[in-house]
Parts: sequence; C-alpha cells; structure tokens
Amino acid sequence: MEVAQVQSTQKEVKEQKSKSLWQHAWSSLMKDKFAVASIIIVAVYAILAILCNLGFVAADWAKEVGPSYAPPSSEYLFGLDIFGRSVLAKTLKGTEVAMSVGLVTGIISMIIGVFLGGIAGYFGGKVDEVIVWFYTTFSSIPYIMLLVAITFILGKGILAVYLALGLTSWVNLCRLIRGEVIRHKDREYVQAAAAIGGGDFRKLFLHILPNVMHIVIINFSLQFQTAIKSEVILSYLGLGVQGRPSWGTMINDAKLELARGNWWQLAAATAAMFVVVLAFNTLGDALRDALDPKLKGK
Amino acid sequence: MNIYTYIIRRLLYVIPVLLGVCAIIFVLFNLVSPDPTLIMLGKHASVKQMAELRAELGLDRPMIEQYFDIVKSAFTFDFGRSWTTKQEISEMIKAGALPSLTVTFPAFILATVIAVAISLFVAFYRGKFLDKSVVLLCVALMSISSLAYILFGQYFFAFKLGLFEISGYEQAFPDFIPYVMLPILILIIISIGPDVRFYRTVMLDEIYQDYVRTARAKGLGEKMILFKHVLKNAMIPIITFVVIRLPFLILGTLLIESFFSIPGLGGITLNAINSSDFPVIRAMTVLSAVAYIIFSVITDVLYTLVDPRVRLG
Repeated sequence: MEVAQVQSTQKEVKEQKSKSLWQHAWSSLMKDKFAVASIIIVAVYAILAILCNLGFVAADWAKEVGPSYAPPSSEYLFGLDIFGRSVLAKTLKGTEVAMSVGLVTGIISMIIGVFLGGIAGYFGGKVDEVIVWFYTTFSSIPYIMLLVAITFILGKGILAVYLALGLTSWVNLCRLIRGEVIRHKDREYVQAAAAIGGGDFRKLFLHILPNVMHIVIINFSLQFQTAIKSEVILSYLGLGVQGRPSWGTMINDAKLELARGNWWQLAAATAAMFVVVLAFNTLGDALRDALDPKLKGK
Repeated sequence: MNIYTYIIRRLLYVIPVLLGVCAIIFVLFNLVSPDPTLIMLGKHASVKQMAELRAELGLDRPMIEQYFDIVKSAFTFDFGRSWTTKQEISEMIKAGALPSLTVTFPAFILATVIAVAISLFVAFYRGKFLDKSVVLLCVALMSISSLAYILFGQYFFAFKLGLFEISGYEQAFPDFIPYVMLPILILIIISIGPDVRFYRTVMLDEIYQDYVRTARAKGLGEKMILFKHVLKNAMIPIITFVVIRLPFLILGTLLIESFFSIPGLGGITLNAINSSDFPVIRAMTVLSAVAYIIFSVITDVLYTLVDPRVRLG
C-alpha cells in the first residue's frame, strides 16, 4: 500500500518535470485570475454570437416593442431606439457582427502574416527582399486610407469589412514571424529535420512554425480587439455593416440622439464593447506573460 | 559596413518604396476601384456623358501615364483639382495643415510628456499594486471606442457643462484656442493608454539590463538610476516612437476634426471619402506616405548615429 503510494507520487513528480511549454503556459494562465475571467468573458460573448446566429437570441431585434426613444425602465431594460426597437436586443445582436469581424479578420491577417513572414525569414535572399519591400511599402500608407480604398472597391457590407480589416492588419505579424524564423532556421532541430530528409516547406511549417506559434496566438488576441474597434470607425464613415445592428452603427446613431439626451444606445453599445475588448486586451497580456520565454523570470 | 555607405543605401531604398506606394495607390484608385464617372453622374448616365467626363478627368489616358502622374505628384505636390469643389488640391492642403496641427501638435507633445512621466513613475514601483493598477487603467482606457470619447466629451463637457466650445474654429492666432481645447483633451485621453503601456515596456526593458545592476552595485539610489541611466538609454526608443508618428500629425484626425468642425486635413479627407472625391483621397494618401517615408529614413539614420550598438547589416 505504502509502496504503491510512493510510486504514484514519484510518477507525479516525473510527470511534472516533463511538462511541455504549452502545459506550462496553460497552468500559469489558469493561475492568473484576470486571464481566467477574460477567457470566461470571451467564451460568453462567443456563445452569445453563435446563439444569435442560430436565431435563439435577439432574433426579433427588428420588432417594434414600444414608443420611440422610451428611456430605460423595468419594462424596457436598456431603453428603445428611434423605431421603438429594444436596445438590449440590438446590443446582443451586435455581438454576432463584432465576434465574426474579430474572428475572420484575425484569421485573414494570420494566414497572410504567417505565410509571408515564414517564407521571407526561411528563404532569405531575393524572396526576403521582395517581401520586406512589400510590407515596408504597405505600411507607409496610412491604415485608414487603405481601409477606405478597399471598402470603396468591394462596396459596403460585412464582407468588405472582413476583407478591408484583414488585408490591412498582417504587417506587424509578418515582421515578427520573419524575425523569429530567421533566429530559428539554423538551429539543431531544423538541421536534424533536414538530415532525415525533410523538405523546405516541411521544415518551415511543421518544425519551425510550432515554435513561433506563441507570437501568432498573442497577435491574434490583440488583432481581434483592434478589429472590433475598427468596425466602429468604419461604421461612422458609412462604410461598415449595413442592414443589421452592430455596436458601430449603434454608436454612430447616438451622435444624433445625444443632443436630445438619449444616452442609452451609446451607453449600451460602449459597455458591451468595453467588456469584450478589455477581456481580449487582458488575455493578450496574460498570453504574452505565459508564452513568451523571454519574459520568464521577470 | 561603413556608416556612410549605410546611410546612402538607406536613402536609395526610398526610391523602390516610393514607387511601390504609388503602385498600390494606382492599383486601388485607378485600376480596380468602381468607375468614378458612374459615381459622379449617377446610375442614369449615358455612355456619351461618361466618355466626355472621362476625357475631362483624364481617365482615358494610358494607364502608364496615369501611374507616372501619381509618382510625379509625390515630388511636385501638384495633385490637380478636386472633383467636387474644383479647388486646387495643393491649396486645400496648405489651408488645412495649420488647423490640423493646432490640434494634433499640442496634444501629441502633452500626451508624450505625460505618458513618459507616468511610465517612469510606474517603472519605479514595478510589480507593485500601483504599477498593476496603472496598467489596468491604461488597458481600460484603450478598450473604449474613440468615437464614444468624442461623443461623450462633446455632449457632457461642452454641451451640458458649457466648459468648452461645442464646435467651430477661428483662423487667427489666439482666437482658435478655445475651440481646440476639448479636442486636444480628448486626443490626449485616447492616446495616453497605449503610450503609457509602450513607454513602460521600454523602461522595464532597460531596468533589467546589466548596467542597471552595476549602477545598483556601486550604491546608486533607485531614483538616480531611473533618471540618469534608464531614462537616458530609453530615450532612443522613445525618440524613434515620437519621430515616426510626427508625419501623421499633419493629417490630423478624421473623427475629431469632423465632430468639432475644425477645417483641417482630416475633415477634408472625410468629406472626400463621403463624396468619392478620388483625387483628394489620393493626394492625402500620397502626402502622408511621403511624409512617413521621409521620417522613417530620418529615424533610421538618427538611430545609427546616436546608438553605437545598432548593428549595420
């Protein structure tokens, strides 16, 4: 009995020692109260967005439920808008746009950034020169102008928002990935992979990429909240989402309402956005602390 | 590599970047964007009308010529005329640059000074409660939409409390001050969060360097180390960060200028966006890209001159 216990504790010790970087990161993430809270908030928003999309939540946001501009009361929790629609339902419906904009633009910029950064860093030489030239050029043009130009071309609507935000936000990730890949490509494990016959793309995407993945994850988290904030600006410029509620269009509506003292639409959209952007910001910081080996011990 | 060779190479690199910028602008506005004559004449335009307008606007010329027009405008700043107001665009830029700067420049200077001071202060208390709460506050400030700041600020401080002018502008020197106070304040609040976070990381990067340990070992006080050693070394990334953002000050801020009716370049750009005035949008893009390229060369060169640790390669 005792022997068995001793053996089992020894086993535990062994298991603790062989924790991978990811397990380490996960356990240190779970110790961070802010990080856990952020993950829960993001999960709640994500579930809400999915439920909205499936029609379980706020499907009747367009319905007129009371008088125009009814202030918040026990009956109308967040008040009503100009058409007598529930601000609460619109805010909830807005999570769908916000979360999908964050997710899709995050994925677009991740694919472009990782691919270009990866091949630039790995192959070096002419490929590197061309890609560095391309992103230097690209980043010389102000973000907002590119955004406007792309939405001009694609027309209005959510697809244009996805593409405009995705296509303009990959430069930073590309630059970081390129730098990391350059540092990794001559290490022993890559040489070992070459020795057993791994080709260039295999070495780059199967061996090096998992080792720079932490940068991608941190960047994704920060990109997500930037996209949510940018959607608001695009809506203000009249280039945003059309025909369905988003926090951007709600805040945009508020500019005419505020002078009449109708503050609830602005407050609801700002609050909904504040919570999720704050969660992503905190999560990004926590991920950086947990995943970036350079910061260990600080 | 010799430092002069490096500087010359860096200067020569401006040429491909500038050609690239012009190529992107050309592709976006001349090649793939929807036909501007259709936007200007409306849906019911006849083919003849459209052809006439195209000839008038110079859109029927060979593509390569149109491309080199953009390249040329990057040097001559001759951007042609606006489609909507028919004004000379270079005149519009001259008139709009100063009002933009009266808002962005003071805001930028104040925000930088405040942010550097706060970041030094929290670096002193790093890891303690004060540091953590300031970081949290910064993140919270960053999480609010800039549009919400503008709307609330204008409504509450200008409209409700009457502390500031709601909107408007005066061209003469002391008269514009009451109009730019609130925009400056809002701009500072918008930029203080990310700025403090950035400068704090810069300070902390320095604090863990070996020379700080040496300074501590020889018995220097923490304040002395922070102000004499850390701040001095941190100046390099700080100056880089400051210089690289200078060109954007001319462009002003789209949102603030339009809300407070400041006749700056941001407002001009916004009007151009709303009326699909391509030459103006293109001019603003070229202008800011050229400014950005010039200032990034200046920072790179300054960097190598000031910091001997920078490797040239």
